[in-house]
Amino acid sequence: MEILSFLAKFGIYAVMLAILIFALGVVTLRNLFHCALCLAAALIGTAGIYVALQADYLAAVQILLYVGGVITLVIFAIMLTEHLAGKTVRQNNSQSPLAIVGSLGFIILIGTLIVKTPWPVNPVALKAKASVLELGQALMGTYVFPFEIISIVLIAALIGTVVIAKKDPQ
Amino acid sequence: MQDLGASINMIFVTAKAWFLSLLGLFLPDWVIVLASIVVSGVVILCLGPVIMMYLTLLERKLIGRIQNRYGPNRVGIWGLLQPIADGIKMFTKEDIIPANADKIVHLLAPIVTVVPALMIFVVVPFGTQMTAVNLNIGLLYFIAVSSITILPIFMGSWASRNKYSLLGGMRTAAQMISYEIPMTLAVVPAIMMSQSLSTNTIVLSQAGSHGLNWFIFTPWGIVGFIVFFLCATAECNRPPFDLPEAESELVAGFHTEYSGMKFALFYMAEYMNAFTLCALAATLFLGGWQGPFLPSWVWFFGKTFILICVMIWFRGTFPRFRVDHLMAFAWKFLLPLTLINILITALCYFASPLVGWLLSLGILAVSFSILVKLNRTFVPEKRDYLFAD
Repeated sequence: MEILSFLAKFGIYAVMLAILIFALGVVTLRNLFHCALCLAAALIGTAGIYVALQADYLAAVQILLYVGGVITLVIFAIMLTEHLAGKTVRQNNSQSPLAIVGSLGFIILIGTLIVKTPWPVNPVALKAKASVLELGQALMGTYVFPFEIISIVLIAALIGTVVIAKKDPQ
Repeated sequence: MQDLGASINMIFVTAKAWFLSLLGLFLPDWVIVLASIVVSGVVILCLGPVIMMYLTLLERKLIGRIQNRYGPNRVGIWGLLQPIADGIKMFTKEDIIPANADKIVHLLAPIVTVVPALMIFVVVPFGTQMTAVNLNIGLLYFIAVSSITILPIFMGSWASRNKYSLLGGMRTAAQMISYEIPMTLAVVPAIMMSQSLSTNTIVLSQAGSHGLNWFIFTPWGIVGFIVFFLCATAECNRPPFDLPEAESELVAGFHTEYSGMKFALFYMAEYMNAFTLCALAATLFLGGWQGPFLPSWVWFFGKTFILICVMIWFRGTFPRFRVDHLMAFAWKFLLPLTLINILITALCYFASPLVGWLLSLGILAVSFSILVKLNRTFVPEKRDYLFAD
């Protein structure tokens, strides 16, 4: 059984490495479509990490929303602007050094936060498992008010897009 | 007699358990765990292509009969070896890559397209205890995985650098995104009634006294089934929803520039999708492997086979949709119908059976007639010209 857990660990690290490589691809590749595909791969990899952490529901929603929804939208946008699809675009400009400084600062901030936070690893926290049933009951019970508010906001956004996309009255 | 029935019912499960215990005699524990995964995996990996091969034969035979001819009958008895001959032909064909194509994406697209098609097999309940992985979010997994199927088609159509391919890709995207929404919503009543996302539990909740308490025998079930089945036909790009590869308009749509084995992979994914979608339609609304007398897996494959035959029948009889009709059908007809269907499911759940039936039938009839009226296509009146003839 030790071999199996070792293999699982190895697999998770391999997936993490792949996510990093694809994420690098998103920001370095010169072709917009390739970038979008790399982003899709990185997002699927993240779903894999969720599965490894026993959050199946989150993984399914991640793939459904990000890969099925957002990436499709991105690719649709690229396809509609066909002259962009075949061309290579530079991903850096004169502001790159400043951006590097900014992102390094952000990484250092996040890193210190992660190191300093005392992560509560106790038996209760390890056994906690977010099942769909509990999530649904929480959404319909404890958190029903925020849930309804979010639904109203989403419907407002939907109607708003329809209004914006409508033809102007001449 | 009942013992025999039960053992035939569980024959595959018993075979797997027997095989694993045989391995357990001389191999360590962790190999057995791996082997139990590998056995299911290998069965699925073989089942997919084999089903696809014989579906093509079935389709050609049936289409042949519909068109009043024999269909393939030269290779083997009843043309049974025809799929193998086709396979050899596909393997030995020249692999052509267009000069300006994006080579990597062009190569990746047909490979990636098979992956989600095979992944869906994992949650299909083939019989009692015959689900490869009994995920408790099985149905959500199916919806999530089937939403990826757009990507490889996009990849293939974009990488070919061909305007027909690109047009096909755009059509696929528009069609699949549109039909995914009513399909997902059509599934919701089944989830509401069985109170579970697991495909296995959904089948179990349709048991009843003789395994005949199928969801299709309820008003919301029949509406859900019809909507789901239509959307499934659209999702796997089969006629009459075959606009992405409409040969009379787009040469061959997104796979115009593919030949040999790469084309075969696209073809394979399409047929495997057709199979899994029919299997899920059977699981969700036709009781899955539930049924009296016969073993569970016979019921399951029988129902799936009938649904596939209906799909082939569609292909033999219906002309292709027009693009605007296709979109209007999904957004203006199926979507409101599924929303109403969710409503009447809740009604059936809370009201007593008789009241539920009458009310839901009434609501369905009214909303259906209103939707049909609203969707009537605008036909301009015939004009009579006074001075010009």
